[in-house]
Amino acid sequence: MNPSRRQSLQAASGFGVYAALVALGLLPAGPAAAQQFASAFQTKSIADTLKALGAGAPAESKDVIINSPDIAENGAVVPVGVRSNLPRTEMIALLVEKNPNALAGAYTLLEGAEPDVNMRIKMGQSSDVYALVKADGKYYMAKKEIKVTLGGCGG
Amino acid sequence: MPDPMRIRATAKDGVADVRVLMAHEMETGQRKDAAGKIIPAWHITEVTASLNGKPVLAAHWGPAISKNPYLQFKIKGAKAGDKIGISWTDTKGEKRTDEATVS
Repeated sequence: MNPSRRQSLQAASGFGVYAALVALGLLPAGPAAAQQFASAFQTKSIADTLKALGAGAPAESKDVIINSPDIAENGAVVPVGVRSNLPRTEMIALLVEKNPNALAGAYTLLEGAEPDVNMRIKMGQSSDVYALVKADGKYYMAKKEIKVTLGGCGG
Repeated sequence: MPDPMRIRATAKDGVADVRVLMAHEMETGQRKDAAGKIIPAWHITEVTASLNGKPVLAAHWGPAISKNPYLQFKIKGAKAGDKIGISWTDTKGEKRTDEATVS
């Protein structure tokens, strides 16, 4: 029996109720959002991660820009930036398709934050990288391939 | 106690550019040690940033963020002298909070 599977199932079932309450404005988004991201980090594939984030099928958008090198020499440190030109961007997430868990990081933007974040991530191998953006209640995404010459998850 | 973060914040045209470098191992839980045992995961899960005490950004991180994480973001309406606060929490429940002034 795998305990993490049990936990994620519980988290997933609890999340539905939370999402409904948040949507109705009954709950502040804080703890619910944290729980939502925690379950999203357990997922492996892009599709499951999108589901866990409640994103459904996001539309591709040219207003979401991934800023990174085409070829990363060291997979342990890949600089990636995500910028959104969409009005009222509230969330930015970065997903790496071929990593053990697709979701690398997610950012909740509150009032005052510009939709422009930069980070350094690990990539096990060359992969497509997806930037998921939530703007004005809708989900958008962009895709970019990053080639890695030396993987970052070895050992 | 974890090592302090390095925070640089510079204001230009009403937008503050904030760069943070945290000192953290960011162990993925996928690697094995010399004896073939899996090294348990140990990474930062939450980072929050505030401007003059008001939260502006929350980052949720998995193990795929690089060792000694770097984060850069921008805050609208911040000016020189404003206080930027950054705090993180990791999987062991350790926390660290640091503050910097926008220049």
